[in-house]
Amino acid sequence: MTVIRDPKFAPFLLLLPAIVVIVAVVLIPLLLSFYSSFTAYNLTHPETLLRWIGTRNYERLFGDPDFWWALVRTIVFLTVALNLEMLLGLGLALLVNEVTAGQRTLRTIIMFPMMFSPVLVGFQFSFLFNDNVGLIDNALISLGVIDQPIPWLVGSFSANLTIVLAEVWMSTSIFAILLLAGLFAMPKEPEEAARVDGCNGWQVFRYITLPFLMPFIYIALAIRSLDVGRAYDMVRIMTNGGPAGRTELLWTQMAKVGYQDAHMGLANAMGYVSILLSVAFTFYFYRKLVASRRYMESIA
Amino acid sequence: MLRLGVVVCVVVICFPGLWVVLAAFRPNVEIMTKPPVWIPHLTLENFEAMLGLLPNVELAIPVGHYFRNSIVASLTSTAVALLIGTMGGYAFARYRFRGKAALFVAFMLSRTIPGVALSLPLFIIWSRIGLIDTSIGLIAVYVAMNVPFTIWLTDGYFRQIPLELSEAALIDGCSRWVAFWRVEFPLARSGLASAGIFAFLTSWNEFALASLLTRSVASKTMPVGLMDYTSQFTIDWVGMCAMAVLIIVPAVVVTFILQRHLIAGLTLGAVKG
Repeated sequence: MTVIRDPKFAPFLLLLPAIVVIVAVVLIPLLLSFYSSFTAYNLTHPETLLRWIGTRNYERLFGDPDFWWALVRTIVFLTVALNLEMLLGLGLALLVNEVTAGQRTLRTIIMFPMMFSPVLVGFQFSFLFNDNVGLIDNALISLGVIDQPIPWLVGSFSANLTIVLAEVWMSTSIFAILLLAGLFAMPKEPEEAARVDGCNGWQVFRYITLPFLMPFIYIALAIRSLDVGRAYDMVRIMTNGGPAGRTELLWTQMAKVGYQDAHMGLANAMGYVSILLSVAFTFYFYRKLVASRRYMESIA
Repeated sequence: MLRLGVVVCVVVICFPGLWVVLAAFRPNVEIMTKPPVWIPHLTLENFEAMLGLLPNVELAIPVGHYFRNSIVASLTSTAVALLIGTMGGYAFARYRFRGKAALFVAFMLSRTIPGVALSLPLFIIWSRIGLIDTSIGLIAVYVAMNVPFTIWLTDGYFRQIPLELSEAALIDGCSRWVAFWRVEFPLARSGLASAGIFAFLTSWNEFALASLLTRSVASKTMPVGLMDYTSQFTIDWVGMCAMAVLIIVPAVVVTFILQRHLIAGLTLGAVKG
């Protein structure tokens, strides 16, 4: 018992449950996943978990154009979506910051999409953009803009566009809320001084507001990057990667290879690629975040 | 100009959700009609059908079971993650130890693993040890998902509280434990509330892992149950809308009750951490 009472061990005792949970539910499964990506594991033949095939899964993956398409599509999708969310979130925050009456209510309304399950957002947008019952096509026809409904979720470009739209609708809020908090925390004096010195609105924004907001932008990107994989939920209910793989992302393709085709070994190899992608993403924003926090502490 | 911009933003944010809610109260024939009907008739029949209250309609999807499974999984995992995560956050905020920075980053990186990628090995292990299609199996996963972010938020919050306050309590003869409960815990309550909302929303809305690790009424949750409708012969749009309303209502209620903490916790905890 003396060990437990030693204050040197207190932090480790406090952290023990958290470490145990992460090791049991994340670390051990990841080790198994890594191992099985080198085997011919097939769900229907459990004994294949022990059949070591070296790097053959990875070779097969990197020689498969469908995989490269999904990987490139995933990276493009994330880049487009995150940039749009950041810009729109910034615009929304600046807009709400200008409003004086009813600002609290507005802030609450902005938070609305944050409560939505991604699968719900996917359903909502496939309902709106459905070519049979959807509001968008019905409205366009009733207004006489088009004669025939547009099958939004069938065409390669329009389907990807609809998915990006749904993703942006869902995640712009978090940027807006965090950037608004940044605007509230901003001291008023530098801005006023700049105006007195004759800066116009754009110059004030570019040289005073934006540099101050940068740490908040990185915080928002870091928080957002923790969860990029949830786009799977949306795509799963909207198109499930179809039609003919035109909206396939790494995550939907992985689920198909693993569960429908039962090629668990191959799917785990894809899983590792997707994990490296996510980790690289988060690590990049986390580094930026730490740097900008240090910067904020230095000026505070 | 400003007012117009605000109106446009509010419409874009609110409209898609409200349209689904409205459809949940309309008869299916009206949705399917060509040319479209623009003046809605409101009815409760979709909800009655969903909950099996209509005598001549067979209950297609056991929404009641899914709702119960969702509540059990979300509340339990939130409570456990909050307890474990707060302990961890306190350790990070109040102690120096070797490997602290690396451990913190490791926790955060564990959160970035995409759900589908994590589901593959979990599916193998959970099948072997009998946790597949059980609420316990799902709760364990949700606890692991929520612990890192809880640590992040509570760490930031505990660091806000001046060390002198708890030191004063220690000098007055309190034990570390009593000092925590009397001084630090009440001051960090707002941070805990926001961590709680995030944990609840994450679990309540989670789909990827739940859809791959559950398969029957024993453990399927609401978001997974929503997909039941798409596997039927014809898509019951209004039925899906009614179920969507049942998914969104608890999330909205929880968020609005605690929303003051949500913004404060997220910004303070994340920025000053």
